Parts: sequence; structure tokens; C-alpha cells
Amino acid sequence: MSVRLAGLFLALAILSGCATPTLRGTGDLGVVIERATGSVRIVDTTHHASLARVGGLGDLSHASICYSRDERYAYVFGRDGGLTKVDLLRRRIDRRIVQAGNSIGGAISPDGKLVAVANYEPGGVKVFDANDLSPVADIPAAGADGKRSKVVGLVDAPGHKFVFSLYDAGEIWVADMHDPRHPVLHKFAGIGKEPYDGMITSDGRFYAAGLFGEDGVALLDLWNPDAGVKRALVEFGRHGEKFPVYKMPHLEGWAATGDRVVLPAAGKHEVIIADQQTWKEIARVPVAGQAVFAIARPDGRQVWINFAFPDNDTVQVLDLPTRRIVQTLKPGKGVLHLEFAPRGEEVWLSLRDENRIDIYDPDTFARTGSLPAESPSGIFFTVRAHRIGL
Amino acid sequence: MMLSTAATAALAESPHPGRERETQLIRLVRQDCGSCHGMRLTGGLGPALTPAALQDKPADALVQAILQGRPGTPMPPWKNFISGPEAVWIVDGLKKGFPDVR
Ligand code: HEC
Repeated sequence: MSVRLAGLFLALAILSGCATPTLRGTGDLGVVIERATGSVRIVDTTHHASLARVGGLGDLSHASICYSRDERYAYVFGRDGGLTKVDLLRRRIDRRIVQAGNSIGGAISPDGKLVAVANYEPGGVKVFDANDLSPVADIPAAGADGKRSKVVGLVDAPGHKFVFSLYDAGEIWVADMHDPRHPVLHKFAGIGKEPYDGMITSDGRFYAAGLFGEDGVALLDLWNPDAGVKRALVEFGRHGEKFPVYKMPHLEGWAATGDRVVLPAAGKHEVIIADQQTWKEIARVPVAGQAVFAIARPDGRQVWINFAFPDNDTVQVLDLPTRRIVQTLKPGKGVLHLEFAPRGEEVWLSLRDENRIDIYDPDTFARTGSLPAESPSGIFFTVRAHRIGL
Repeated sequence: MMLSTAATAALAESPHPGRERETQLIRLVRQDCGSCHGMRLTGGLGPALTPAALQDKPADALVQAILQGRPGTPMPPWKNFISGPEAVWIVDGLKKGFPDVR
């Protein structure tokens, strides 16, 4: 071995020695999607720091993430069917597969052993081993008419289940994964036209699918599935004018506080507050535009709302006890997502067109920090690892 | 040489929104249309808007879809934000392969 080569090895050894991370937990980490560059940033919420950028994740438009139960790995679901397992500690891709042509999101099983992906093309759900991403089960979503349907609103549910909706067919399916290679399907047909997204309440009891082609939400009580899927909040869709929707609203578990659920309505410049147990309307609150995300602070007192184009420079804060908008912020252009710290003392906003993440104090509404990120969209903190449906 | 002549001819046919506006439109299509059609326009809730997907579709119908939307589907009307000539320019771009954000 030449002296130079030996020197190189020595340098490498020292370098990798230095790179050995000090022992740390991952409970205060998160991942931010950089949609235009196919990369993610690993962020530290304690120090408001960007720790690393990991690239090579493909098309991340509409990407989402779920976490392994040890909060070490992020599973990133890309638009192009890519499923990438990112190691937050080593700060690199652990494994990556391209499992379909076009996907919309995914979920992890309650025991953390299975990762499921909702696919548009070919329409269906594919289930993988969370450890090595090897295939476990394939659930083609052929509706009652036999045609393949796009799948949306895929969540995990107690009892080792995945629940999802068929956009084209108008169905909700519950997949029992007790025998992972042979899922047992419970199908609910005729639930309404064009379910565009779905959510499960944080207690794991109710699965709600928002309908684009009809009024109201399709609601399944998972404690009582034999009662079938019912329609709730129908009046909400019927009253008043309908506006064009420039971005589809998202339904997410964060919108449920335990006794209240706050939902954006498609085609309305309002959010609805409903009772989480009865799903009866409590109030409608006028807001600045078509709401996309309505995210409750973990204590359930405030709900932060962002909006579709052309109002995507605005964020509003709803005070739940008084049911009033108490703050309207203009954080910058292209507010795509918001995520609270686990105990709610701060909230992070992604500003796509400003190429940064801003951090706000939800008590004072003051901006307390900012981080660079390229075209950031979704922000996902590891606390999601321990939440049903996230 | 052949290529550049053809390109010049095509450019001459399609209206030009102007450099600055074109940059805005490219961003709008990639980002905001992209939320339904995919940032790479390969499809999502809405269909793919790639040259292959659009090759047999008449440009007029596509321009109409952009300006008026497709009632009864999630495709919204964009006429308040995009002018007729701009929609023609977008469709022209989609059919050729849409430019990336600069
Ligand atoms: C909220 C979702 C949504 C957004 C945003 C959206 N589209 Fe669409 N678009 C659709 C859907 C759904 C269809 C399919 C409609 C149908 O079934 O005919 C469609 C259809 C189209 C078509 C017709 C395609 C064909 O094959 O006939 C064109 C062209 C189009 N969109 C362009 C655009 C452009 C340009 C933008 C942005 C300025 C845009 N769309 C934004 C949902 C959307």
C-alpha cells in the first residue's frame, strides 16, 4: 500500500470517527419535505436547527411521512410510487423502493411491522415489511363495478387494521391485517361520490371520508362497523354558495381534539366544528378562503388553518371555546403545511414560495425562528409515531 | 438547423405572455396545478398532462378545460387568474413538454 493511500485510509478513519454521532434521542426531531428537489431535511425542534439534507427521494409533490415506533426511521411516501425509509440518526436513506406508478400516502400498522401505501396507479394498497420493505400483501382496489379505483385516505386503526377509501368507486374498505399475507377485507360500497381524503379520530373510533361529489362526510364507527357507513354533516355542504376548489382540503387526525372535530369543507370558505362523538354540527366559522389543513394545537384550544390558492399566503387561528377567529397571519407566500411541537408551545409553518420554515409562538403569535428549506411542503415531527392514524 | 427552424415556427404560432409572466405561469402550473396533476404533471387526482397523454386531445378542449373548469369534477375554472392567450400558451407548452421552474 502506498503511503498516500495509507494516509487516505487514516483520514477516512478519522473522518468517520468524527462523524460518529453523539448519543441522542429522536423525540425532538422531524422531517420536512422539499418537494421540488426530491429531498428532505431532518430538523431538530429543540435547537431550531436543520441537521441534514437527504436527497434522491424522487417526486415529492404531495409527499407524506409516517414514523417507525422507535422514532428512528421516517417512511416517506412520494408521488411517483417511491417508498423511502430514512434513518434519522445516520441521516441517510436506509432503503428505497418504487412500488407503483403514482401514490398518495401511507400508514404504518399499530405494531410497527407493516407499512401500507395508497396508490392511484395501479389503484390499490400495497403492504410492505417495515424492516426491509419487502412485499407482504397487495390489495387491488376494484370497486363493485370491477374497475380499479384510486385509493385515498389510508390510515391505521386499532385492531391491526388499515382503513382507506376508493375515490372512483365511492367505497370504504377495512383491511384486517392479523394475518399480514392474507388481509381480510370488509367493504362498504355506496358511501357517496368521490371520497377525496379520509381521517381517523385520535381515539381510533371514527373514520371519516370527505366527499367531493356529494354533501357531507361518510362516517364509519369502527366500534360498531355492522351499523355501516352513515352520512354526517350533510347540511354543511348544502347551504350557500359553492366556490371552486383550487386545492383539495386535507382531513387529518390533528383536527380532532377529543370532544370536537374541526373540518374544512370542499367548496366553502368556512370550517365546521362538530361534536366528535355524535358528529353533529356545533358551529360554522367563516374563514379567509378554501381551508386546506385545520390543525388543532395538542391541548385542543386553538385550531390553525391554512388555505388553497389564491389565499395561500394566509393562516388563521380559531379559538375553539369562543368559536372565533382570533388571529389572521400573513406569514408569506405558499403556506403549505403546519405542525405543532408535541406539547404545542410552538408551531412550524412551511412557506413554499419563500423557501423557508417559520416558527411561531401560538400564545403571542410572534415569529420566534426561521429555517431555510427549498420549496418546503409537509412538516412531520416524530411524535406522530405514537398517534393513531398519523 | 431543421430543429431550430421548427422551434421558431412553433414559437411564432403561440402567443407570448412575456418573460416575467411566463415565469409566473410555469410556477403556477408546476406548483398549483401540480397539487392535483402532480408536480411532474404525470397525474394525481387529475389526469396526466404530459405530451403523450395529451397528444390526441384537441387543444381547444384543453384550453376550455383550463378556463372554464370541468363542472361536476374537481377541475376548477382558472379564468380569473389565467387569460385566454395564456391558457393557449400553457396548452402549447403542455403538448410539447412543459418547462421546469427556472
Ligand atoms: C383541485 C384539483 C385540480 C387542480 C388544482 C387543477 N386540476 Fe386540472 N383537472 C382536475 C381533474 C380532476 C381533471 C379531470 C376532469 C374530468 O374528469 O374531465 C382535470 C382536467 C384537466 C385538463 C383536461 C385534461 C384532459 O385530458 O382532458 C386540463 C388541460 C387541466 N386539467 C389543466 C389544469 C391546469 C393547467 C391547472 C392549473 C392552472 C389545473 N388543471 C389544476 C383537477 C385539477
